[in-house]
Amino acid sequence: MNYSIAIYGGPYSNQAAHSALHFAQAALTRGHCISRVFFYHDGIYNGSALVSPPQDEANVPAQWHTLAKENDIELVVCIAAAVRRGLLDEKEAKRYSRASHNIAEGVSLSGLGQLIDAGLTSHKLITFGL
Amino acid sequence: MSENMSDLLIMFRKAPIGTSWAREALDLALVGAAFGQHVSLLFMGDGVYQLLTNQQPESVGQKGTQAMMKALPMYDIEQIFVSQQCLADRGLTQDQLGFSCDLLDQTQVQALLQSHQQVFNF
Repeated sequence: MNYSIAIYGGPYSNQAAHSALHFAQAALTRGHCISRVFFYHDGIYNGSALVSPPQDEANVPAQWHTLAKENDIELVVCIAAAVRRGLLDEKEAKRYSRASHNIAEGVSLSGLGQLIDAGLTSHKLITFGL
Repeated sequence: MSENMSDLLIMFRKAPIGTSWAREALDLALVGAAFGQHVSLLFMGDGVYQLLTNQQPESVGQKGTQAMMKALPMYDIEQIFVSQQCLADRGLTQDQLGFSCDLLDQTQVQALLQSHQQVFNF
């Protein structure tokens, strides 16, 4: 089965990204495919390269970035939701004349159409974080 | 309830101000329509407040959803459903709503959900 995942909850304040990570790991273990993870609403903060929890706490965004790299999963952050909340890539930082950018390597900013597309092209789209 | 032909159902369960859920859900509806999908909207819970007239979101520094709601016909989004029960629970009646809606009872809400392959819940 080909799954896509939508995550609406931010790291630390919401369990969504963690639950979704467990789901993705279980699905991959059983031979399913995760083609895209789309981050929307406060879920966009999972795309930050700067998430820095204490050592005895899980860094869920970093775990997502690793899992995606190892399994060829596309991590997409909604650009409109992200820029409003201060998550920028180099291009957007230039566009808005900001001194720095903070999106993690392997995560891309794109439009909401990618979420619609994930729903249409995957067998199932599973949402976490309402 | 009229025969439903839409591809995509977006459920709105949050108030128009206080959080960004309502605006971000509407964004998805508009993008879905721009991608050629037939989109229907279902308002439930506190989401029914999005349909009220005479909102003043600017008094709390927000944009609200009224302007986006008014753009719906331009995106060919014309099927707006609202839960009768959720309206009644909040002491609201259909004549207080600024948009033309189909009121659904609980059974019709279930049928609407079942008739859609794609449901986004906000």
